Amino acid sequence: MSINATLLIQIIAFVLLVWFVNKVLWGPLSKLMEERQKKIADGLSAAEKGKHELELAEQKAKEVLKEAKAQAQNILSQAEKRSSEIVEDAKVKANEEADRIKAAAQAEIEQEVSRAREDLRKEVATLVVSGAEKILRKEVDASAHNDMLETLVKSI
Amino acid sequence: MGTVEYIQHHLTNNSIGEGFWTFNMDTIVVSLLLGALIVFAAARLGKQLESGTPGGFQNFVESILDFVSTNVRDAFPGHNPLIAPLALTIFLWVWLMNFMDLIPVDLLPYLYQLITGDSHAYLKVVPTTDLNTTLAMAFTVFALIIFYNIKIKGVGGFIKMFLFHPFGKFFVPVNIVMTLIEEVSKPLSLALRLFGNMFAGELVFLLIALIGGTLAVGAAALFWAPLQVLLDLGWLIFHLLVITLQAFIFMVLTIVYLGMAHDEGH
Repeated sequence: MSINATLLIQIIAFVLLVWFVNKVLWGPLSKLMEERQKKIADGLSAAEKGKHELELAEQKAKEVLKEAKAQAQNILSQAEKRSSEIVEDAKVKANEEADRIKAAAQAEIEQEVSRAREDLRKEVATLVVSGAEKILRKEVDASAHNDMLETLVKSI
Repeated sequence: MGTVEYIQHHLTNNSIGEGFWTFNMDTIVVSLLLGALIVFAAARLGKQLESGTPGGFQNFVESILDFVSTNVRDAFPGHNPLIAPLALTIFLWVWLMNFMDLIPVDLLPYLYQLITGDSHAYLKVVPTTDLNTTLAMAFTVFALIIFYNIKIKGVGGFIKMFLFHPFGKFFVPVNIVMTLIEEVSKPLSLALRLFGNMFAGELVFLLIALIGGTLAVGAAALFWAPLQVLLDLGWLIFHLLVITLQAFIFMVLTIVYLGMAHDEGH
């Protein structure tokens, strides 16, 4: 067990072995493990990001829904208001129309009444004249008493 | 074969050469084979790497990788792309070399003797029970410590560390000695701790093997053989913890020492 040239061989062998181990074992395998570690870390962070994005999307969806509901409510109330306006409008117009129709009817009635009165007056005048004629046939000369008859007709 | 010869035989390397230029072939071949095993297993795994659904073996390797990189993150300040692969290599290689200790002590030497036909051939199968292996790693780490000390602190900072640490500017000679001891003790403690643990572990395995091997003669074997199996099993389970712990300690101390070298406030 003395120290001899074996020492030199063993030093060379050791150095070479370190070189080989670095080249064929440590290098590729540690690179692989690092890559895997990175991949896992990336995956985890991507999952975290996805989760975060999902949360954001959910929140946004909620907001949009809320907005839509508010809009629908708005539209509904507007429609209601509009319909009541239309009804009110129609009522007013109908009233006006009714008034107008009523006025026209009134006017027509008055016209009719005056015409009937005229007709009646003429009828009565004729009747009176013919009656008076029948009564006065003998003693009244139509031409002599024409002035009197004229005044009579006018007074009826 | 006597007890002493048996143990000595097991603790002698199969070597080529003379004096310093001796090569412990068993240490070299076994450690290179284990290193090649790591490389080939890694290369095979590299061809079928799956990012999404890793299979069983990839999961296993990934958990080791994760374990090492957690340790590096905890004990190493700043960033250096060399530290993690270095720590991983140390952990895997030392663990595999230590694991050779758990193979029955006589199995591989016996097979080797059968193959070579030499009934007296030496084979010491655990590379970490050879001080050359542990020192080789420790010196490499030491070289890196000095390199990063100079790279991070600069030559001036490195010298200042020797002059004014740990007692301030009035104890320069003491500081030099203290820092020298501190620095030199790093690789030595790394190497000797691993070597000592593995050597002692191997020795205990050998002693346990002796119980059945030499004491069991005739009817006495009925008592000694089961005892050997029982002790062997106990030590094996305990040693499984030891080899993992030693590989872990070597790795963590390497990270810590290099972290200290990167610490500018020193």
